[in-house]
Amino acid sequence: MASGGAQGHQAARARPAIGETIIGVGVLALAIVMAWQAWSMPVSPIYAQVGPTIVPIITALALGMLGILLLVDAVRGGWQPAEEKEVTPDRVALLWIVAGLVLNVLLITTAGFTIASVILFVCVARGFGSKAIVRDALIGAAFALVAYIGFAKTLGINIGSGLVENAIERVIGPEGG
Amino acid sequence: MEAFSQLLNGFAVALTPINLMWCLVGTTLGTAIGVLPGLGPALTIALLLPITFKVEPTAAFILFAGIYYGAMYGGSTTSILLNTPGESATIVTALEGNKMARNGRAGAALATAAIGSFVAGTIGTLGITFLAPIVVEWALKFGPADYFSLMVLAFVTVSAVLGSSAVRGLAALFFGIWLGLIGVDLQTGQARFTFGLPELLDGINVIVVAVGLFAVGETLYVASRYRLGKDEIIPLSGSLWMTAAEWKRSWKPWLRGTAIGFPIGAMPAGGAEIPTFLSYYIEKKLTSTPQEFGKGAIEGVAGPEAANNASAAGVLVPMLTLGLPTSATAAIMLSAFQSYGINPGPLLLESQPQLVWGLIASLFIGNVMLLVLNLPLIAVWVKLLQIPAPILYAGILVFATIGTYGITQSPVDLILLYLIGGIGYLMRRYDFPAAPVIIGMILGPLAEQNFRQAMTISAGDWTVFFTRPLSATILALAALALFGPKLYQLAMRPKPDHVPGDA
Repeated sequence: MASGGAQGHQAARARPAIGETIIGVGVLALAIVMAWQAWSMPVSPIYAQVGPTIVPIITALALGMLGILLLVDAVRGGWQPAEEKEVTPDRVALLWIVAGLVLNVLLITTAGFTIASVILFVCVARGFGSKAIVRDALIGAAFALVAYIGFAKTLGINIGSGLVENAIERVIGPEGG
Repeated sequence: MEAFSQLLNGFAVALTPINLMWCLVGTTLGTAIGVLPGLGPALTIALLLPITFKVEPTAAFILFAGIYYGAMYGGSTTSILLNTPGESATIVTALEGNKMARNGRAGAALATAAIGSFVAGTIGTLGITFLAPIVVEWALKFGPADYFSLMVLAFVTVSAVLGSSAVRGLAALFFGIWLGLIGVDLQTGQARFTFGLPELLDGINVIVVAVGLFAVGETLYVASRYRLGKDEIIPLSGSLWMTAAEWKRSWKPWLRGTAIGFPIGAMPAGGAEIPTFLSYYIEKKLTSTPQEFGKGAIEGVAGPEAANNASAAGVLVPMLTLGLPTSATAAIMLSAFQSYGINPGPLLLESQPQLVWGLIASLFIGNVMLLVLNLPLIAVWVKLLQIPAPILYAGILVFATIGTYGITQSPVDLILLYLIGGIGYLMRRYDFPAAPVIIGMILGPLAEQNFRQAMTISAGDWTVFFTRPLSATILALAALALFGPKLYQLAMRPKPDHVPGDA
């Protein structure tokens, strides 16, 4: 919302903005894929008039038009608020978190969600500058257990099982809370 | 007067011990997530959606509404003490509220925010009580074409009018509509945009999108600029009892804020930011001590806080009577209705009076609870602000992951969650609004349904949207909302583009 002030400066500095150009191209590419998918859907003649493809086609066309408008904005110097532009994202922090997320996806089906969650917790905390790995792992384990009891037992969601989960089941019984 | 007896029945529902318990849980949780930066009501309700499989609808909606109202109260605490708005609707509160806290008047700022929220929330809920039946009577005349046009109007206002750029807002909206289209078309059984993945046939769950944008994206964004420096928490200071002079300066802004916030919230445009900015502006104009504005004027906290809560109440009117959500949180609540197989709309008050009036009554009760939770117990919430960021955000991501993985136990959902989180990060960094994605995703399929019904009724005649007077009027309004500001700019200024147009 507070971005309006930034846009006034852009007329002076009309170089194409890289980030914005990539976003514009991305939106346009998505629209092209959508249009291609929508047009290749088989349509039964009964529904020819108001079939399942009309809204997808309208959506693809609209997004395509918006992609072009975004590209025009990007080439004219972009729209990113000055406040954002001045900040170089902390790549190391982002890498820690992305690593945590990737490890989590890889481990959650094999090692179980408790172990995957602890690793995710430690990685994210590291991304935010925490260096107390043991403390974070303990807090993460506590969090995972609370979440497990909260979600699995109270909301009745099955969040799969691994070594730790099976051990809990043996202790508190299959019924739980 | 019929509304009044209905409301009494609603109190009979809301005052049962079990529903009081849900209301207390909701308001407490809502205040907590409102206080905590990085957590909001849309995300929280999304994570709790699975509860709809476990408890009856009235209980679930009392819980959700408590979270919704509570987040508004809690958000102001963060704005005042931390200067980081806990919620987007409390940005304005930070302007004067944080200055007051720095001047040692945190107590008075918190008090006028909480009491103003209470006044506005109560009047706003009264507004729902009396306005909802009127809107319903009017909405019963709506045909599919009119509904479709109304949804187009809501699309335009939430994405193009409220944000900083119409193009980016609309891009976010159509991205959301696309996400909503993924899966099997219910009318024909045709799979759409599934890329051959069987996991996508059922569509993408709104939980995945909401949690991805609001939890994963937000965490990545905060992490990417975390080392820039920490926010300073201003300790509680000053009495929580407002002085006579402070009461005198607060009560009119409360009422004016309510009068601005409720109607704007109740319009099928919604948005809590505009009324707060408007209220701030008006209080600044009307005050007898303009020199205090910018240095901690109590009117600048009282008015916008009231406007914010009144518009939160107003948003529930189109949501309950038309099935038209105008905020991300309302859109998620709509998907909770869908999960119960209930269609919010003009028939809801007839078919589910227990639910609707129980919900409205619980809003009155929730407001009282929130006043108690947020004034005498304020010290407890301040403690929440002291949770270190590494623990807070690591916890948010663990909860987000578990909540999402729990839906289907499929790693595909997790991969989608993280991908959407990445998109959410880029959207934050490049100033795209997130709410239109959620609204497009939930409302898009409903708009399509009405569109196809209208087209079927008219035997494929496109002009039906322009020949029905109601539909044509609404579409004209939508066009005005979309192109009006641009035309106005063109008329006023010779330089054509990039005039900052946001409030």
